[in-house]
Amino acid sequence: MARTIFIETTYLVASVLFILGLRSLTKPERARRGMQMAAAGMVFAIIGTLINHEIVDYRWIAIGIGVGALIGYPLGMWVPMTAMPQQVAISHMFGALAATLVGVAEYYTANGVVGPGRMTALGFETLFGALTITGSLMAAGKLQEVLPGKPLTFRGQNIFNITLFAVTVGIFLYLIGHPENAMLFYIMLALSLAIGVSMVLPIGAADMPVVVSLLNSYAGLASVATGFAIGNNVLIIAGALDGGSGFLLSVLMSKAMNRSFANVLFGAFGTAAPATAKTSAGLTARSISAEDAALQLAYASLVVIVPGYGMAVAQSQHQVRELAEQIEARGGTVKYAIHPVAGRMPGHMNVLLAEANVPYDRLYDMDEINPEFDRADVALVIGANDVVNPAARSDPTSPIYGMPILNADKARSVIVLKRGMNPGFAGIENELFFQNGTSMLFGDAKASLTKLITEVKAV
Amino acid sequence: MEITTITELYVFVLAGFVGYQVITRVPPLLHTPLMSATNAISAISVVGAMVIAGAHYNRVSTILGFIAVASATVNVVGGFLITDRMLRMFRPAGGRGPEAPATTGAAAQPAASATPASGSTPSAGR
Repeated sequence: MARTIFIETTYLVASVLFILGLRSLTKPERARRGMQMAAAGMVFAIIGTLINHEIVDYRWIAIGIGVGALIGYPLGMWVPMTAMPQQVAISHMFGALAATLVGVAEYYTANGVVGPGRMTALGFETLFGALTITGSLMAAGKLQEVLPGKPLTFRGQNIFNITLFAVTVGIFLYLIGHPENAMLFYIMLALSLAIGVSMVLPIGAADMPVVVSLLNSYAGLASVATGFAIGNNVLIIAGALDGGSGFLLSVLMSKAMNRSFANVLFGAFGTAAPATAKTSAGLTARSISAEDAALQLAYASLVVIVPGYGMAVAQSQHQVRELAEQIEARGGTVKYAIHPVAGRMPGHMNVLLAEANVPYDRLYDMDEINPEFDRADVALVIGANDVVNPAARSDPTSPIYGMPILNADKARSVIVLKRGMNPGFAGIENELFFQNGTSMLFGDAKASLTKLITEVKAV
Repeated sequence: MEITTITELYVFVLAGFVGYQVITRVPPLLHTPLMSATNAISAISVVGAMVIAGAHYNRVSTILGFIAVASATVNVVGGFLITDRMLRMFRPAGGRGPEAPATTGAAAQPAASATPASGSTPSAGR
């Protein structure tokens, strides 16, 4: 009895520390301390669990923790910030794998003698866990560009997916009444793994912010189900926090793209889009030399930088900061406009720029910065496209119509750093590029920025 | 349905509310650390895995429990480390930030910022 009370107390302490830790994330200056508290909570919970009376052998626990730490340390310390989206996806996979294996082990050990309540929990655990495992692997593959970033689709895909899902849920419901049918349980496990693959493959790389958040949510829900299955409250609480934050992020991301969940999951955006889009026939974009662009930047009093995925690909965040410092040294002000879905995961641009030592109070959310474009002398767009396309405001036939965008077109002049004239992910032309005040600086973002830095210095 | 299940539902729903209240206040600036932090926290499933790995139910569950302990620990260790690494980078203008650690941070910083420039070119070959 005393043991159980001790264990439960450590779990309670852990739960409180987790919530306090997440609360500290509201303020960047308190965040580190808060997360250290949460980590301490985790250590408490692990120590508490060690005295659980069911544990008779510590060997496998010790080896497991050792192996996990050996893999986790490099993942945490050595993965570069540019690879963060993949890292996050992979860690969802590990979390889901743990939850799923616990579920399978519980089911196997129970040997078919499972009450309907527990079977429901185990079912959810396997379902959410398994689809998160494969879904995260697919997402990581796309983000690492091992798999093609384009949506992979085939005829009748949605019907296939819906059928697959329906069959899996059907088996799940049947199992609640007939938990002794082990064969069906493992079939459900396999089908759930298949759902993860077929769910993520048709989704394009630029929609990954939604997918990654959604997988975050599923991994959390799998933990919640584990908590229900083994009657552990701290699992339920921590899982609910994870599931809730993932869900909230995916809602925010969908909103920032003006699309519904269903559209992201089943839409396979970018395949049919060009048909309805305006073409650029007869329009010409004006290209500019680095010297002229540098001249504009050097004499600007307010420059707003709009980073996009292109900046991440070129890994040019350090050059961006250096250029900003040069402009500031000449008396100009530099602000960064961050669109919620710029990049491949929520907050992607913020992390990259913070890594390059850009102070976080220069990073502005869409709503804060949009009124400022009117006053800006130059909007410097670096590898961003759809998030600055004015068609989202003005052209009801555009596939991205209604998506909230950064009003870069309102700036006195716009300089766009771009590789070439390829359309953005949505496959539509960007009117911004053909606008009067816009000039294009073609080339690799890193090379262009390096040139700009030298030229601004020379002005 | 047993009474404990109802209690667990209570816990779930209330934790969901608290979570919602807390998480809606996290600024978009910190959304990536939020994601890695919640992911690290949900690796608490390690406690369930530990019981299965340590109790002698049967060989299969010991093996599964062992793998589960390992993969959950990956997230505990990796998740908290990377969250800290990210949060360390967020600094306000004019100063190194109020809580920049004197020695450890200074030593780790150049190493951390040197890696992406030199080592990683996964997306370059696209």
